[in-house]
Amino acid sequence: MDQAELAAKFRNKDIKAFERIYSDYSDSLFGVIFGIVRDREIAEEVLQDVFFKAWDKAETYSAEKGRLFTWLLNISRNSAIDKTRSKGFKNKNKNSDSSFYVDILETRDKTEIDIDVNYIRSMLGRLKERCVKLIELLYFKGFTQKEVSEELDIPLGTVKTNNRNCISELRKLIQT
Amino acid sequence: MNVEEYIASGILELYVAGVLSEEENRDVHAMILKHPEVREEIEQIEKAIVRHTAALAPGTVPSFEFIKTHTAGKQVPVRSLQSKKTYSWITYTGWAATIVLASGMFFMYYRINNLQQDIKRAGDQNIQLEQQISDVRKDAEATEELIEILRQKDIVTITLGGQAIAPESFARVFWNKKDEIAYVDVSGLPEPPEGKVYQVWSLKLDPLTPTSMGILDQYDSDNNKIFALANPNQSQAFGITLEPEGGSATPTMDQLYALGVVSAS
Repeated sequence: MDQAELAAKFRNKDIKAFERIYSDYSDSLFGVIFGIVRDREIAEEVLQDVFFKAWDKAETYSAEKGRLFTWLLNISRNSAIDKTRSKGFKNKNKNSDSSFYVDILETRDKTEIDIDVNYIRSMLGRLKERCVKLIELLYFKGFTQKEVSEELDIPLGTVKTNNRNCISELRKLIQT
Repeated sequence: MNVEEYIASGILELYVAGVLSEEENRDVHAMILKHPEVREEIEQIEKAIVRHTAALAPGTVPSFEFIKTHTAGKQVPVRSLQSKKTYSWITYTGWAATIVLASGMFFMYYRINNLQQDIKRAGDQNIQLEQQISDVRKDAEATEELIEILRQKDIVTITLGGQAIAPESFARVFWNKKDEIAYVDVSGLPEPPEGKVYQVWSLKLDPLTPTSMGILDQYDSDNNKIFALANPNQSQAFGITLEPEGGSATPTMDQLYALGVVSAS
């Protein structure tokens, strides 16, 4: 089933298509959400909520808005950020100034979570520091080009090409 | 912009990230429908991002069965029967006031929505303009750098005259012997046809020995048509030929476009 067919079936609330989407993307979205909320139980709750929402508004998705994955990624980031702003949410990680991955590896040592440490270590070892940061801002946090250029203090016009080079490196790394 | 340049611009990576404007998303979607290689590229990018983000999943995801409890549990709400009442004029005026107020609020909401869209559109345009300025600035910097190089005193200039195949054309080589770099200006040569590239040769005259200095395969993307090539050779002349893509081991002499001798100094 190609993406267009899958999307069409999903829009018509075909449960099989939905299950396929869940198996393709839920790990990834779980990772994105966890990167924002930093708590396994809360991340699970948000993930379920994301797929509930996706199902409820399936008919509002259209390919013109972007990839199914991207659509779900946006819902996930927004839901996770909303969660961190909600009343009951306590940020258990006060030291959020430290680097994203270092912080997450530390969280892992303190709590019972099962992230892919080998992958993260090899990625941190082989990607340039700037790339790691760029990918974090654009994909985990959904920063716009302008926000990225301000955060990293690089010219706006270079965000696109820098990121392209970083993703090319990432693709090589994942293939090996 | 052709498809390769479009892909190389990095816009597809941002498309997958979901950080483009609605308009840009529509443009990318149009490109996907026209060019299968764009879709292919997007799928590869998405694969890498999915893998990358999944590394942070803190364990296995809840089973899909759990999600199903939600999708199956949709029920049509039960409508309750209303008992008949008599309405006084107060009720009617109350309703009338409510309707006036509601339509006023709806109108305000509509206006605010429009204004917000205007602001967003202006913001998107800003980003595009800044990008253009940054590109132009980069071009200007590159040109200035080039002028700086060509003004150095160690540079020898050789004019390459057009040959039988294209008598009107010409080229120039600015050779910095000390740094062993030759800047080849081919703006006076015709654009190479599809599948062909210009190849630059350093020549020794007696006996005639050509040494390839390189091919100009970046011809399309270089605006000023000046290319820097390493030239550690003791060149006595320079020649430019048209060769099949990838270049040739020896020059194809009937495709010799320009030739010029280094004057002895």
